[in-house]
Amino acid sequence: MSDESVISLRGVRAELGSRPVLRGIDLTVRRGQVVALLGANGSGKSTAVRTIIGQVPVTAGEIELFGTPRRRFRDWARVGYVPQRTTAAGGVPATVTEVVSSGRLSRARFGVLRRADHEAVRRALGEVGMADRAKDSVNALSGGQHQRVLIARALAAEPELLIMDEPMAGVDLASQEVLAETLRGQVAAGATVLLVLHELGPLEPLIDRAVVLRDGCVLHDGPPPEAVGQHALPGHDHVHPHAPAGAEPARTGLLS
Amino acid sequence: MDILNYAFMQRALLAAVLVGITAPAIGIYLVQRRQALMGDGIGHVAMTGVGLGFLLSWSPVWMATLVSVLGAVLMELIRWYGKTRGDIALAMLFYGGMAGGVMFINLAPGGSNANLTSYLFGSLSTVSESDVTAICLLAAFVVLVTVGLRRQLFAVSQDEEFARVTGLPVRALNLLTAVTAAVTVTVAMRVVGLLLVSALMVVPVAAAQQLTRSFAATFAIAVALGVGVTLGGTVTSYYQDVPPGATIVLLTIGAFIVLSLLATPLARRRARALAAAQPAGDPAECTIPATRGAADEVGV
Repeated sequence: MSDESVISLRGVRAELGSRPVLRGIDLTVRRGQVVALLGANGSGKSTAVRTIIGQVPVTAGEIELFGTPRRRFRDWARVGYVPQRTTAAGGVPATVTEVVSSGRLSRARFGVLRRADHEAVRRALGEVGMADRAKDSVNALSGGQHQRVLIARALAAEPELLIMDEPMAGVDLASQEVLAETLRGQVAAGATVLLVLHELGPLEPLIDRAVVLRDGCVLHDGPPPEAVGQHALPGHDHVHPHAPAGAEPARTGLLS
Repeated sequence: MDILNYAFMQRALLAAVLVGITAPAIGIYLVQRRQALMGDGIGHVAMTGVGLGFLLSWSPVWMATLVSVLGAVLMELIRWYGKTRGDIALAMLFYGGMAGGVMFINLAPGGSNANLTSYLFGSLSTVSESDVTAICLLAAFVVLVTVGLRRQLFAVSQDEEFARVTGLPVRALNLLTAVTAAVTVTVAMRVVGLLLVSALMVVPVAAAQQLTRSFAATFAIAVALGVGVTLGGTVTSYYQDVPPGATIVLLTIGAFIVLSLLATPLARRRARALAAAQPAGDPAECTIPATRGAADEVGV
Protein backbone atom coordinates (compact mmCIF):
# COMPACT_ATOMS: atom_id res chain seq x y z
CA MET A 1 0.00 0.00 0.00
CA SER A 2 1.62 3.25 -1.08
CA ASP A 3 0.83 6.79 -0.01
CA GLU A 4 -0.32 7.84 -3.46
CA SER A 5 -3.87 9.15 -3.18
CA VAL A 6 -6.21 7.78 -5.84
CA ILE A 7 -9.28 9.71 -4.72
CA SER A 8 -9.09 12.94 -2.78
CA LEU A 9 -12.02 15.09 -1.67
CA ARG A 10 -11.40 18.31 0.24
CA GLY A 11 -14.26 20.33 1.68
CA VAL A 12 -16.67 19.06 -0.96
CA ARG A 13 -20.16 20.53 -0.88
CA ALA A 14 -22.98 19.59 -3.20
CA GLU A 15 -26.66 20.38 -3.55
CA LEU A 16 -29.53 18.51 -5.09
CA GLY A 17 -32.29 20.91 -6.09
CA SER A 18 -30.94 23.68 -3.75
CA ARG A 19 -31.00 21.27 -0.77
CA PRO A 20 -27.48 20.80 0.64
CA VAL A 21 -26.61 17.10 0.53
CA LEU A 22 -22.88 17.26 1.19
CA ARG A 23 -21.66 19.86 3.70
CA GLY A 24 -17.88 19.78 3.42
CA ILE A 25 -16.62 16.22 2.99
CA ASP A 26 -12.95 15.28 3.31
CA LEU A 27 -12.06 11.82 2.04
CA THR A 28 -8.81 10.34 0.80
CA VAL A 29 -8.50 6.86 -0.67
CA ARG A 30 -4.93 5.66 -1.16
CA ARG A 31 -3.70 3.13 -3.67
CA GLY A 32 -4.61 -0.42 -2.73
CA GLN A 33 -7.15 0.56 -0.07
CA VAL A 34 -10.67 -0.83 0.14
CA VAL A 35 -12.90 1.86 1.61
CA ALA A 36 -16.57 1.40 2.44
CA LEU A 37 -18.83 4.44 2.49
CA LEU A 38 -21.62 3.78 4.97
CA GLY A 39 -24.59 5.72 6.26
CA ALA A 40 -28.37 5.80 6.40
CA ASN A 41 -30.58 6.61 3.42
CA GLY A 42 -30.19 10.30 2.62
CA SER A 43 -26.84 10.64 4.41
CA GLY A 44 -25.20 11.63 1.11
CA LYS A 45 -23.11 8.53 0.41
CA SER A 46 -24.42 8.02 -3.12
CA THR A 47 -24.12 11.74 -3.84
CA ALA A 48 -20.52 11.69 -2.62
CA VAL A 49 -19.69 8.94 -5.09
CA ARG A 50 -21.55 10.72 -7.86
CA THR A 51 -19.57 13.92 -7.32
CA ILE A 52 -16.36 11.92 -7.73
CA ILE A 53 -17.37 10.66 -11.17
CA GLY A 54 -18.80 14.04 -12.16
CA GLN A 55 -22.49 13.15 -12.16
CA VAL A 56 -23.37 15.71 -9.48
CA PRO A 57 -21.86 19.22 -9.71
CA VAL A 58 -19.82 20.39 -6.75
CA THR A 59 -20.68 23.80 -5.24
CA ALA A 60 -17.46 24.09 -3.24
CA GLY A 61 -14.31 22.11 -2.52
CA GLU A 62 -11.87 20.13 -4.61
CA ILE A 63 -11.87 16.62 -6.04
CA GLU A 64 -8.81 14.88 -7.44
CA LEU A 65 -8.58 11.54 -9.22
CA PHE A 66 -5.08 10.04 -9.47
CA GLY A 67 -3.68 13.43 -8.48
CA THR A 68 -5.45 15.28 -11.31
CA PRO A 69 -8.26 17.76 -10.62
CA ARG A 70 -11.46 15.99 -11.69
CA ARG A 71 -12.34 18.70 -14.23
CA ARG A 72 -9.15 17.95 -16.14
CA PHE A 73 -9.22 14.17 -15.58
CA ARG A 74 -9.65 12.33 -18.90
CA ASP A 75 -8.11 8.94 -18.22
CA TRP A 76 -11.44 7.24 -17.54
CA ALA A 77 -10.15 3.79 -18.51
CA ARG A 78 -8.43 3.73 -15.09
CA VAL A 79 -11.82 3.98 -13.35
CA GLY A 80 -14.40 1.18 -13.25
CA TYR A 81 -17.83 2.37 -12.17
CA VAL A 82 -20.75 0.24 -11.03
CA PRO A 83 -23.85 2.45 -10.79
CA GLN A 84 -26.71 1.73 -8.41
CA ARG A 85 -29.08 -0.26 -10.61
CA THR A 86 -31.44 -3.13 -10.24
CA THR A 87 -31.23 -4.00 -13.92
CA ALA A 88 -28.69 -4.00 -16.72
CA ALA A 89 -31.45 -4.08 -19.35
CA GLY A 90 -32.52 -1.26 -21.67
CA GLY A 91 -35.54 -0.92 -23.94
CA VAL A 92 -34.13 -3.32 -26.56
CA PRO A 93 -32.84 -6.87 -25.95
CA ALA A 94 -29.07 -7.09 -25.52
CA THR A 95 -26.80 -10.01 -24.68
CA VAL A 96 -24.59 -10.14 -21.62
CA THR A 97 -21.55 -9.76 -23.90
CA GLU A 98 -22.99 -6.71 -25.64
CA VAL A 99 -23.60 -4.95 -22.33
CA VAL A 100 -20.19 -5.85 -20.89
CA SER A 101 -18.45 -4.78 -24.13
CA SER A 102 -19.61 -1.20 -23.65
CA GLY A 103 -17.37 -1.12 -20.56
CA ARG A 104 -14.39 -1.64 -22.84
CA LEU A 105 -15.08 1.46 -24.96
CA SER A 106 -12.86 3.58 -22.71
CA ARG A 107 -9.89 1.57 -24.00
CA ALA A 108 -11.05 1.18 -27.60
CA ARG A 109 -10.15 3.88 -30.09
CA PHE A 110 -13.12 5.07 -32.19
CA GLY A 111 -15.28 2.36 -30.65
CA VAL A 112 -13.54 -0.42 -32.58
CA LEU A 113 -13.03 -3.51 -30.41
CA ARG A 114 -9.97 -5.58 -31.33
CA ARG A 115 -9.11 -9.12 -30.36
CA ALA A 116 -7.47 -8.02 -27.08
CA ASP A 117 -10.66 -6.11 -26.20
CA HIS A 118 -12.86 -9.15 -26.81
CA GLU A 119 -10.44 -11.16 -24.65
CA ALA A 120 -10.77 -8.61 -21.83
CA VAL A 121 -14.57 -8.80 -22.05
CA ARG A 122 -14.41 -12.62 -21.83
CA ARG A 123 -12.05 -12.41 -18.85
CA ALA A 124 -14.34 -9.96 -17.06
CA LEU A 125 -17.29 -12.32 -17.60
CA GLY A 126 -15.25 -15.20 -16.25
CA GLU A 127 -14.31 -13.23 -13.14
CA VAL A 128 -17.95 -12.78 -12.14
CA GLY A 129 -18.84 -16.35 -13.11
CA MET A 130 -21.06 -15.38 -16.04
CA ALA A 131 -19.00 -16.83 -18.90
CA ASP A 132 -21.65 -19.49 -19.59
CA ARG A 133 -24.35 -16.81 -19.93
CA ALA A 134 -22.37 -14.64 -22.39
CA LYS A 135 -24.84 -15.07 -25.26
CA ASP A 136 -28.01 -14.86 -23.16
CA SER A 137 -30.23 -11.80 -23.10
CA VAL A 138 -29.79 -9.71 -19.96
CA ASN A 139 -33.60 -9.71 -19.69
CA ALA A 140 -33.42 -13.39 -18.70
CA LEU A 141 -31.17 -12.79 -15.66
CA SER A 142 -31.89 -12.62 -11.94
CA GLY A 143 -31.21 -9.55 -9.82
CA GLY A 144 -27.89 -10.94 -8.61
CA GLN A 145 -26.85 -11.83 -12.14
CA HIS A 146 -27.71 -8.32 -13.34
CA GLN A 147 -25.35 -6.96 -10.70
CA ARG A 148 -22.63 -9.39 -11.79
CA VAL A 149 -23.04 -8.15 -15.38
CA LEU A 150 -22.74 -4.53 -14.23
CA ILE A 151 -19.55 -5.39 -12.34
CA ALA A 152 -18.13 -7.28 -15.32
CA ARG A 153 -18.85 -4.18 -17.44
CA ALA A 154 -16.75 -2.10 -15.03
CA LEU A 155 -13.97 -4.73 -14.99
CA ALA A 156 -13.83 -4.95 -18.80
CA ALA A 157 -11.64 -1.84 -18.97
CA GLU A 158 -9.20 -3.42 -16.46
CA PRO A 159 -9.42 -0.40 -14.15
CA GLU A 160 -7.07 0.49 -11.29
CA LEU A 161 -9.89 2.04 -9.27
CA LEU A 162 -13.30 0.48 -8.75
CA ILE A 163 -16.17 2.68 -7.60
CA MET A 164 -19.32 0.76 -6.72
CA ASP A 165 -22.64 2.19 -5.59
CA GLU A 166 -24.45 -0.41 -3.45
CA PRO A 167 -23.27 -3.45 -5.40
CA MET A 168 -25.01 -5.78 -2.96
CA ALA A 169 -28.50 -4.21 -3.14
CA GLY A 170 -31.05 -6.82 -4.16
CA VAL A 171 -28.43 -9.54 -4.65
CA ASP A 172 -29.08 -13.13 -3.59
CA LEU A 173 -26.63 -14.88 -1.27
CA ALA A 174 -25.01 -16.99 -4.00
CA SER A 175 -24.27 -13.88 -6.07
CA GLN A 176 -23.06 -12.00 -2.98
CA GLU A 177 -20.43 -14.65 -2.45
CA VAL A 178 -19.38 -14.52 -6.12
CA LEU A 179 -19.11 -10.73 -5.85
CA ALA A 180 -17.03 -10.94 -2.68
CA GLU A 181 -14.75 -13.44 -4.39
CA THR A 182 -14.43 -11.18 -7.47
CA LEU A 183 -13.57 -8.23 -5.29
CA ARG A 184 -11.01 -10.27 -3.37
CA GLY A 185 -9.29 -11.12 -6.67
CA GLN A 186 -9.28 -7.46 -7.72
CA VAL A 187 -7.83 -6.33 -4.39
CA ALA A 188 -5.16 -9.05 -4.53
CA ALA A 189 -4.21 -7.76 -7.99
CA GLY A 190 -3.71 -4.29 -6.53
CA ALA A 191 -7.00 -2.54 -7.30
CA THR A 192 -8.21 0.37 -5.19
CA VAL A 193 -11.89 0.15 -4.23
CA LEU A 194 -14.44 2.66 -2.97
CA LEU A 195 -17.85 1.18 -2.39
CA VAL A 196 -21.11 2.48 -1.04
CA LEU A 197 -22.69 -0.11 1.23
CA HIS A 198 -25.72 -0.35 3.39
CA GLU A 199 -24.06 -2.90 5.60
CA LEU A 200 -20.71 -4.65 5.47
CA GLY A 201 -22.12 -8.17 5.00
CA PRO A 202 -19.91 -10.76 3.27
CA LEU A 203 -17.47 -8.02 2.18
CA GLU A 204 -16.47 -7.23 5.77
CA PRO A 205 -13.13 -9.11 5.79
CA LEU A 206 -11.99 -7.18 2.69
CA ILE A 207 -12.62 -3.71 4.00
CA ASP A 208 -9.66 -1.69 5.35
CA ARG A 209 -11.53 1.43 6.28
CA ALA A 210 -15.08 2.57 6.78
CA VAL A 211 -16.25 6.13 6.32
CA VAL A 212 -19.65 6.78 7.84
CA LEU A 213 -21.69 9.76 6.66
CA ARG A 214 -24.59 11.42 8.42
CA ASP A 215 -26.47 14.43 7.02
CA GLY A 216 -23.72 15.13 4.51
CA CYS A 217 -20.86 15.14 7.05
CA VAL A 218 -18.19 12.55 7.85
CA LEU A 219 -19.14 11.00 11.18
CA HIS A 220 -16.50 8.29 11.39
CA ASP A 221 -13.35 7.51 9.40
CA GLY A 222 -11.38 4.50 10.54
CA PRO A 223 -11.58 0.76 10.97
CA PRO A 224 -14.96 -0.74 10.05
CA PRO A 225 -17.42 -0.68 12.95
CA GLU A 226 -18.15 -4.00 14.63
CA ALA A 227 -21.59 -5.38 13.92
CA VAL A 228 -23.67 -5.68 17.06
CA GLY A 229 -26.87 -7.38 18.15
CA GLN A 230 -29.07 -8.92 15.51
CA HIS A 231 -26.99 -7.30 12.77
CA ALA A 232 -24.07 -9.52 13.72
CA LEU A 233 -25.95 -12.74 13.12
CA PRO A 234 -24.73 -14.68 10.08
CA GLY A 235 -27.19 -14.59 7.23
CA HIS A 236 -28.89 -11.51 8.64
CA ASP A 237 -30.54 -9.71 5.77
CA HIS A 238 -31.96 -6.22 5.49
CA VAL A 239 -34.89 -5.39 3.28
CA HIS A 240 -35.07 -1.64 2.78
CA PRO A 241 -37.34 0.41 0.59
CA HIS A 242 -34.59 2.07 -1.49
CA ALA A 243 -36.63 2.92 -4.52
CA PRO A 244 -37.74 6.55 -4.88
CA ALA A 245 -41.46 7.18 -5.22
CA GLY A 246 -42.73 6.29 -8.65
CA ALA A 247 -39.98 3.78 -9.33
CA GLU A 248 -40.64 0.14 -10.05
CA PRO A 249 -41.90 -1.70 -6.99
CA ALA A 250 -39.25 -3.72 -5.19
CA ARG A 251 -39.20 -7.39 -5.99
CA THR A 252 -39.38 -9.98 -3.31
CA GLY A 253 -36.22 -11.88 -2.61
CA LEU A 254 -38.08 -15.04 -3.61
CA LEU A 255 -37.59 -14.39 -7.29
CA SER A 256 -34.16 -12.86 -7.43
CA MET B 1 -43.35 -6.11 -63.62
CA ASP B 2 -44.69 -3.04 -65.39
CA ILE B 3 -44.33 -1.23 -62.08
CA LEU B 4 -40.65 -0.54 -62.82
CA ASN B 5 -41.37 1.04 -66.21
CA TYR B 6 -42.58 4.27 -64.68
CA ALA B 7 -40.00 6.78 -63.53
CA PHE B 8 -42.25 7.96 -60.68
CA MET B 9 -42.54 4.40 -59.37
CA GLN B 10 -38.76 3.90 -59.58
CA ARG B 11 -38.32 7.01 -57.47
CA ALA B 12 -41.06 5.90 -55.08
CA LEU B 13 -39.51 2.45 -54.58
CA LEU B 14 -36.04 3.91 -54.00
CA ALA B 15 -37.40 6.38 -51.45
CA ALA B 16 -39.39 3.60 -49.78
CA VAL B 17 -36.34 1.32 -49.41
CA LEU B 18 -34.25 4.14 -47.95
CA VAL B 19 -36.95 4.90 -45.40
CA GLY B 20 -37.27 1.19 -44.59
CA ILE B 21 -33.56 1.15 -43.75
CA THR B 22 -33.16 4.44 -41.93
CA ALA B 23 -36.29 4.64 -39.77
CA PRO B 24 -35.68 1.41 -37.77
CA ALA B 25 -31.91 2.05 -37.75
CA ILE B 26 -32.26 5.21 -35.66
CA GLY B 27 -35.53 4.09 -34.07
CA ILE B 28 -33.80 1.21 -32.25
CA TYR B 29 -31.72 3.68 -30.22
CA LEU B 30 -34.81 5.73 -29.36
CA VAL B 31 -36.60 2.57 -28.20
CA GLN B 32 -33.50 1.53 -26.24
CA ARG B 33 -33.43 4.85 -24.36
CA ARG B 34 -37.22 4.64 -23.89
CA GLN B 35 -37.95 7.71 -26.01
CA ALA B 36 -40.04 5.82 -28.54
CA LEU B 37 -42.32 8.80 -29.20
CA MET B 38 -39.51 11.26 -29.92
CA GLY B 39 -39.95 10.61 -33.67
CA ASP B 40 -43.58 11.63 -33.35
CA GLY B 41 -42.58 14.86 -31.62
CA ILE B 42 -40.03 15.69 -34.30
CA GLY B 43 -42.66 14.98 -36.95
CA HIS B 44 -44.89 17.65 -35.42
CA VAL B 45 -42.04 20.16 -35.35
CA ALA B 46 -41.17 19.38 -38.97
CA MET B 47 -44.61 20.69 -39.99
CA THR B 48 -43.43 24.20 -39.23
CA GLY B 49 -40.54 23.57 -41.63
CA VAL B 50 -42.89 22.43 -44.40
CA GLY B 51 -45.05 25.52 -43.85
CA LEU B 52 -42.02 27.80 -43.92
CA GLY B 53 -40.81 26.11 -47.10
CA PHE B 54 -44.08 26.98 -48.83
CA LEU B 55 -44.12 30.52 -47.43
CA LEU B 56 -40.54 31.28 -48.52
CA SER B 57 -40.79 29.19 -51.72
CA TRP B 58 -37.86 27.01 -50.63
CA SER B 59 -37.70 23.24 -50.85
CA PRO B 60 -40.07 21.96 -48.13
CA VAL B 61 -37.82 18.87 -47.63
CA TRP B 62 -34.70 20.91 -46.81
CA MET B 63 -36.66 23.46 -44.78
CA ALA B 64 -38.31 20.66 -42.80
CA THR B 65 -34.86 19.13 -42.22
CA LEU B 66 -33.54 22.42 -40.89
CA VAL B 67 -36.49 23.09 -38.59
CA SER B 68 -36.77 19.54 -37.26
CA VAL B 69 -33.02 19.42 -36.55
CA LEU B 70 -33.40 22.66 -34.58
CA GLY B 71 -36.45 21.22 -32.81
CA ALA B 72 -34.63 17.99 -31.94
CA VAL B 73 -31.65 19.92 -30.55
CA LEU B 74 -34.06 22.05 -28.51
CA MET B 75 -35.68 18.88 -27.10
CA GLU B 76 -32.26 17.58 -26.09
CA LEU B 77 -31.42 20.90 -24.42
CA ILE B 78 -34.71 20.81 -22.52
CA ARG B 79 -33.77 17.33 -21.32
CA TRP B 80 -30.40 18.60 -19.98
CA TYR B 81 -31.39 21.82 -18.38
CA GLY B 82 -34.96 20.71 -17.59
CA LYS B 83 -36.05 23.74 -15.56
CA THR B 84 -39.65 23.30 -16.63
CA ARG B 85 -40.96 19.77 -16.47
CA GLY B 86 -39.57 17.99 -19.50
CA ASP B 87 -42.85 16.55 -20.76
CA ILE B 88 -44.68 19.90 -20.54
CA ALA B 89 -41.91 21.70 -22.44
CA LEU B 90 -41.95 18.95 -25.07
CA ALA B 91 -45.74 19.17 -25.41
CA MET B 92 -45.44 22.89 -26.11
CA LEU B 93 -42.79 22.19 -28.74
CA PHE B 94 -44.94 19.51 -30.43
CA TYR B 95 -48.13 21.54 -30.66
CA GLY B 96 -46.30 24.78 -31.36
CA GLY B 97 -44.68 22.99 -34.29
CA MET B 98 -48.01 21.76 -35.63
CA ALA B 99 -49.73 25.13 -35.20
CA GLY B 100 -46.76 26.87 -36.85
CA GLY B 101 -47.06 24.59 -39.86
CA VAL B 102 -50.77 25.28 -40.33
CA MET B 103 -50.24 29.03 -39.85
CA PHE B 104 -47.32 29.39 -42.28
CA ILE B 105 -48.92 27.33 -45.02
CA ASN B 106 -52.08 29.43 -44.89
CA LEU B 107 -50.00 32.62 -45.02
CA ALA B 108 -48.24 31.37 -48.15
CA PRO B 109 -49.72 32.71 -51.41
CA GLY B 110 -52.28 30.16 -52.64
CA GLY B 111 -51.44 27.83 -49.77
CA SER B 112 -54.01 25.85 -47.83
CA ASN B 113 -54.11 22.87 -45.52
CA ALA B 114 -54.54 20.73 -48.65
CA ASN B 115 -50.83 21.31 -49.45
CA LEU B 116 -49.97 20.03 -46.02
CA THR B 117 -51.86 16.75 -46.44
CA SER B 118 -49.25 15.18 -48.70
CA TYR B 119 -46.63 15.81 -46.01
CA LEU B 120 -48.84 14.64 -43.16
CA PHE B 121 -49.76 11.32 -44.71
CA GLY B 122 -47.09 10.92 -47.39
CA SER B 123 -47.38 11.17 -51.14
CA LEU B 124 -45.01 8.71 -52.70
CA SER B 125 -46.12 9.17 -56.30
CA THR B 126 -45.24 12.87 -56.24
CA VAL B 127 -41.64 12.33 -55.10
CA SER B 128 -39.58 14.46 -57.48
CA GLU B 129 -36.07 14.07 -58.86
CA SER B 130 -34.72 16.64 -56.39
CA ASP B 131 -36.60 14.99 -53.51
CA VAL B 132 -34.83 11.73 -54.34
CA THR B 133 -31.44 13.44 -54.28
CA ALA B 134 -32.19 14.96 -50.90
CA ILE B 135 -33.51 11.66 -49.54
CA CYS B 136 -30.40 9.77 -50.75
CA LEU B 137 -28.01 12.25 -49.13
CA LEU B 138 -29.91 12.32 -45.84
CA ALA B 139 -30.26 8.52 -45.76
CA ALA B 140 -26.50 8.12 -46.28
CA PHE B 141 -25.90 10.33 -43.25
CA VAL B 142 -28.31 8.31 -41.10
CA VAL B 143 -26.73 4.97 -42.07
CA LEU B 144 -23.23 6.31 -41.47
CA VAL B 145 -24.16 7.44 -37.94
CA THR B 146 -26.29 4.49 -36.85
CA VAL B 147 -23.89 1.81 -38.11
CA GLY B 148 -20.54 3.59 -37.72
CA LEU B 149 -21.16 4.69 -34.15
CA ARG B 150 -23.26 1.70 -33.08
CA ARG B 151 -21.10 0.80 -30.06
CA GLN B 152 -21.04 4.35 -28.74
CA LEU B 153 -24.76 4.89 -29.35
CA PHE B 154 -25.53 1.52 -27.76
CA ALA B 155 -23.56 2.40 -24.63
CA VAL B 156 -25.14 5.84 -24.26
CA SER B 157 -28.66 4.57 -24.90
CA GLN B 158 -28.22 1.61 -22.54
CA ASP B 159 -26.83 3.52 -19.54
CA GLU B 160 -26.08 7.21 -19.95
CA GLU B 161 -24.46 7.60 -16.52
CA PHE B 162 -22.08 4.70 -17.08
CA ALA B 163 -21.25 5.92 -20.60
CA ARG B 164 -20.14 9.25 -19.14
CA VAL B 165 -17.71 7.48 -16.79
CA THR B 166 -16.18 5.59 -19.73
CA GLY B 167 -15.25 9.03 -21.09
CA LEU B 168 -17.64 8.94 -24.06
CA PRO B 169 -18.78 12.41 -25.25
CA VAL B 170 -22.33 11.73 -24.03
CA ARG B 171 -23.77 15.16 -24.80
CA ALA B 172 -22.40 15.15 -28.32
CA LEU B 173 -23.73 11.63 -28.90
CA ASN B 174 -27.16 12.58 -27.54
CA LEU B 175 -27.27 15.58 -29.85
CA LEU B 176 -26.17 13.43 -32.75
CA THR B 177 -28.97 10.94 -31.99
CA ALA B 178 -31.51 13.77 -31.90
CA VAL B 179 -30.23 15.28 -35.16
CA THR B 180 -30.17 11.88 -36.86
CA ALA B 181 -33.73 11.19 -35.74
CA ALA B 182 -34.78 14.58 -37.14
CA VAL B 183 -33.08 13.83 -40.46
CA THR B 184 -34.81 10.46 -40.60
CA VAL B 185 -38.19 12.08 -40.04
CA THR B 186 -37.69 14.30 -43.07
CA VAL B 187 -36.44 11.36 -45.13
CA ALA B 188 -39.62 9.46 -44.28
CA MET B 189 -41.91 12.47 -44.63
CA ARG B 190 -42.70 11.97 -48.32
CA VAL B 191 -43.15 8.21 -47.96
CA VAL B 192 -45.26 7.60 -44.86
CA GLY B 193 -45.97 11.18 -43.80
CA LEU B 194 -45.07 13.13 -40.69
CA LEU B 195 -47.91 11.70 -38.61
CA LEU B 196 -46.95 8.09 -39.34
CA VAL B 197 -43.14 8.39 -39.29
CA SER B 198 -42.82 7.28 -35.69
CA ALA B 199 -44.56 3.98 -36.46
CA LEU B 200 -41.75 2.96 -38.85
CA MET B 201 -39.14 3.94 -36.25
CA VAL B 202 -40.69 1.98 -33.42
CA VAL B 203 -42.87 -0.90 -34.65
CA PRO B 204 -40.23 -2.83 -36.69
CA VAL B 205 -37.96 -2.70 -33.62
CA ALA B 206 -40.76 -3.89 -31.35
CA ALA B 207 -41.59 -6.69 -33.81
CA ALA B 208 -37.94 -7.80 -34.13
CA GLN B 209 -37.61 -7.90 -30.32
CA GLN B 210 -40.17 -10.68 -30.20
CA LEU B 211 -37.62 -13.03 -31.75
CA THR B 212 -34.23 -11.80 -30.60
CA ARG B 213 -31.91 -11.92 -27.64
CA SER B 214 -29.17 -9.60 -28.90
CA PHE B 215 -29.05 -5.98 -29.97
CA ALA B 216 -27.21 -6.82 -33.19
CA ALA B 217 -29.90 -9.29 -34.28
CA THR B 218 -32.68 -6.87 -33.32
CA PHE B 219 -31.03 -4.19 -35.46
CA ALA B 220 -30.67 -6.48 -38.48
CA ILE B 221 -34.20 -7.93 -38.31
CA ALA B 222 -35.78 -4.50 -37.70
CA VAL B 223 -34.06 -3.06 -40.80
CA ALA B 224 -34.99 -6.12 -42.88
CA LEU B 225 -38.61 -5.78 -41.72
CA GLY B 226 -38.54 -2.06 -42.47
CA VAL B 227 -37.40 -2.68 -46.05
CA GLY B 228 -39.93 -5.51 -46.44
CA VAL B 229 -42.94 -3.48 -45.35
CA THR B 230 -42.01 -0.28 -47.21
CA LEU B 231 -41.48 -2.22 -50.46
CA GLY B 232 -44.58 -4.34 -49.87
CA GLY B 233 -46.68 -1.31 -49.01
CA THR B 234 -45.51 0.66 -52.06
CA VAL B 235 -46.19 -2.20 -54.47
CA THR B 236 -49.59 -2.87 -52.89
CA SER B 237 -50.55 0.77 -53.14
CA TYR B 238 -49.64 0.75 -56.85
CA TYR B 239 -51.81 -2.24 -57.69
CA GLN B 240 -54.69 -1.70 -55.27
CA ASP B 241 -54.84 2.11 -55.36
CA VAL B 242 -54.62 2.51 -51.58
CA PRO B 243 -52.53 5.19 -49.79
CA PRO B 244 -48.92 3.91 -49.40
CA GLY B 245 -48.22 5.46 -45.98
CA ALA B 246 -51.21 3.84 -44.31
CA THR B 247 -50.56 0.53 -46.11
CA ILE B 248 -46.94 0.47 -44.91
CA VAL B 249 -47.87 1.21 -41.30
CA LEU B 250 -50.68 -1.39 -41.25
CA LEU B 251 -48.32 -3.99 -42.76
CA THR B 252 -45.75 -3.19 -40.05
CA ILE B 253 -48.31 -3.68 -37.30
CA GLY B 254 -49.43 -6.90 -39.00
CA ALA B 255 -45.81 -8.11 -38.96
CA PHE B 256 -45.61 -7.27 -35.26
CA ILE B 257 -48.72 -9.35 -34.50
CA VAL B 258 -47.53 -12.33 -36.57
CA LEU B 259 -44.06 -12.28 -34.96
CA SER B 260 -45.57 -11.99 -31.47
CA LEU B 261 -47.66 -15.09 -32.13
CA LEU B 262 -44.64 -16.95 -33.53
CA ALA B 263 -42.51 -15.89 -30.58
CA THR B 264 -44.62 -17.52 -27.89
CA PRO B 265 -43.61 -21.15 -28.61
CA LEU B 266 -40.03 -19.97 -29.25
CA ALA B 267 -39.82 -18.29 -25.84
CA ARG B 268 -41.28 -21.39 -24.21
CA ARG B 269 -38.66 -23.60 -25.83
CA ARG B 270 -35.88 -21.24 -24.75
CA ALA B 271 -37.14 -21.22 -21.18
CA ARG B 272 -37.14 -25.03 -21.17
CA ALA B 273 -33.59 -25.15 -22.57
CA LEU B 274 -32.49 -22.68 -19.92
CA ALA B 275 -34.16 -24.67 -17.14
CA ALA B 276 -32.41 -27.83 -18.39
CA ALA B 277 -29.05 -26.05 -18.39
CA GLN B 278 -29.42 -24.85 -14.79
CA PRO B 279 -28.16 -27.10 -12.02
CA ALA B 280 -31.12 -28.51 -10.13
CA GLY B 281 -31.78 -27.63 -6.50
CA ASP B 282 -30.16 -24.20 -6.66
CA PRO B 283 -32.99 -21.78 -6.01
CA ALA B 284 -30.65 -18.77 -5.94
CA GLU B 285 -30.00 -19.24 -9.62
CA CYS B 286 -33.58 -19.25 -10.89
CA THR B 287 -34.41 -16.62 -13.47
CA ILE B 288 -37.06 -13.96 -13.44
CA PRO B 289 -39.70 -14.90 -16.00
CA ALA B 290 -40.14 -12.41 -18.82
CA THR B 291 -43.69 -11.66 -17.68
CA ARG B 292 -44.20 -11.27 -13.98
CA GLY B 293 -47.61 -11.51 -12.45
CA ALA B 294 -49.06 -8.78 -10.27
CA ALA B 295 -48.56 -11.02 -7.25
CA ASP B 296 -44.78 -10.87 -7.78
CA GLU B 297 -44.64 -7.16 -7.00
CA VAL B 298 -44.54 -5.69 -3.54
CA GLY B 299 -45.47 -2.10 -2.88
CA VAL B 300 -42.99 -0.02 -0.89
